[in-house]
Amino acid sequence: MSPSVDNAIETRGLRKVFGSHVAVRNLSLTVPRGEIFGFLGPNGAGKSTSIKMLLGLVHPTSGDSFVLGAASGDVDIRRRIGFLPEDFRFYDWLTASELVQFHGRLCGMTKEELRRRVPEVIDLVGLTQHQDRRVKGFSKGMLQRIGLAQALVHEPDIIFLDEPTSGLDPMGRLMVRDILRAERERGATVFLNSHLLSEIEVTCDRVAFIKNGEVVTTRDLSDTPMEEVGVVMGARNVSQQAIAGLTRWAEAIDREQEKLRFRVHSRDVLPDIMRFLVAAGADIFEFTPERVSLEQIFVTIMGEDTSL
Amino acid sequence: MSNIAIIAGVTLREAARRKILWTALFAGALLLAIFAIALRLQVVEFQSRPMSPFVRYQVESGMLMIGLYTCDLLAVVLTILTSIDTLAGEISSGTIQAVATKPISRSQLLLGKYLGFVGMIVVYVAVTFSATIAVAYSVTGVLPENPVHGLFLIIFECIVALSLTFMFGTWFSTLTNGVVVLGLQAVAFMGGWLEQVSGFSQSGHIVTLGVASSLIMPGESLWRRAAYEMQTPLAGSLSFSPFANVSIPSSTAIVYAAAYLCIVLGVAIWHFNERDL
Ligand SMILES: Nc1ncnc2c1ncn2[C@@H]1O[C@H](COP(=O)(O)OP(=O)(O)OP(=O)(O)O)[C@@H](O)[C@H]1O
Ligand SMILES: [Mg+2]
Repeated sequence: MSPSVDNAIETRGLRKVFGSHVAVRNLSLTVPRGEIFGFLGPNGAGKSTSIKMLLGLVHPTSGDSFVLGAASGDVDIRRRIGFLPEDFRFYDWLTASELVQFHGRLCGMTKEELRRRVPEVIDLVGLTQHQDRRVKGFSKGMLQRIGLAQALVHEPDIIFLDEPTSGLDPMGRLMVRDILRAERERGATVFLNSHLLSEIEVTCDRVAFIKNGEVVTTRDLSDTPMEEVGVVMGARNVSQQAIAGLTRWAEAIDREQEKLRFRVHSRDVLPDIMRFLVAAGADIFEFTPERVSLEQIFVTIMGEDTSL
Repeated sequence: MSNIAIIAGVTLREAARRKILWTALFAGALLLAIFAIALRLQVVEFQSRPMSPFVRYQVESGMLMIGLYTCDLLAVVLTILTSIDTLAGEISSGTIQAVATKPISRSQLLLGKYLGFVGMIVVYVAVTFSATIAVAYSVTGVLPENPVHGLFLIIFECIVALSLTFMFGTWFSTLTNGVVVLGLQAVAFMGGWLEQVSGFSQSGHIVTLGVASSLIMPGESLWRRAAYEMQTPLAGSLSFSPFANVSIPSSTAIVYAAAYLCIVLGVAIWHFNERDL
């Protein structure tokens, strides 16, 4: 397989087995350049392992993966890659600005570039006041912010973020959202692991759901923000036949006394549904379409079972 | 190349931040003070009674070797204790992930760290070694032969231990790494003594056992070679001690140690490249 230069990420049949445990089963992904791509899945689904394989930290058992057209593990292409690990930590005796400088130097930045960029990126993550403090005393969220600065310092073309907001306060989350949008403006691709679906919903162009180390489905969130519509109805005299007939358009039908909920794939079918129900003799008091949240979709895809 | 220098620099700075380095320097200074007092007492005692200059010279140069041997042991232990954590600890804490995804190959990363430690060892050994010699000279007027050879061999011994902590650090946790390498160091120590004993014993098996131990871990034979190189021409009669020349490691032993070091370092790089981080 030869990678296309238009794709920021391309993998085919990526698989990783730890001992007898399959962490990633068969990952085939294509992420075009310039997208914010969300990677979702329950704990232990293999998200972090997938990122590590893309970055060459973990060697896949089988399969191919390419980042920016170069095979994962290629050393030179990493000049154009930024990465915030799931649990960022670094030598805690460095000050915040020394830490960012160190990573910038490793990326081949010159002294002048560092002089300009380091304060800029520290300001971006809101740590200017703490730039000369040792990282040793930093809180979890502050570490995550400095980790983000480290991932962005060299203005990479693609940024991998493994749960960048898990330790951040609400303002920090807004900050990350703005940073990610700015990075996309700049033309960068962002690959984002997160459990905060409401956040993913507003930042990502596309998401992939993974479960047991496999992509279950991918969804486009960019142009039509959520095609899916949920409907809440208040109605009396809805017959069993009417409910059965509803399955033609709707799914996840749930009836609770006078409340009827269901989900459809497009707004266009709503008038048909109303006409059908009226014709079937239902008395409708209320008919409210509402957006289906990513969370609802997540639960539908992954199942209600909360155990791992 | 510059990547290696960046990593070596930060490693050296980190080592300098460790309390253990300063503790070891402090221990070195303390031992040196004890050493100086002991030498002084000896000198005063010798002056109080008639004594053949030959015997006196022998005892004093013997004491110099005790001082240098202490120096050597301290340096090896410091090397092992400071370096067991550098790979093992950073792999287990995930610290290494942010660095290993930068445009630097894993071999460069490992070599950078390695060279940082080599720098620390060279400075530490040079300081304690020359301080010991300076103290002995100022109190007794005795100087070792070939001090540069001796210095080189002691540094060499430390670097052999360093290579082992790097290699096992790519496999084991910090603690296991320390236990394994200190254990190997003990094997080497044992081997050195067995080879000494074999000079007096008729049992060929003891020689074989001693040689085998030195093959498993050649560090101690480097010290014995250093002791041989540094001992004063007339000091050969202090025959049964870690610094005697009953069984002097040949140049082949030195070459073996060099090959051993290269192989261990090579395996470390290979396995570090191979493993998941
Ligand atoms: N080094 C390892 N050795 C053994 N098993 C591992 C290793 N790393 C990950 N795993 C296993 O692989 C599976 C996937 O782990 P991974 O960290 O990729 O999950 P994740 O999707 O990132 O989960 P989370 O949302 O909790 O971060 C888990 O079952 C985990 O136990
Ligand atoms: Mg994870």
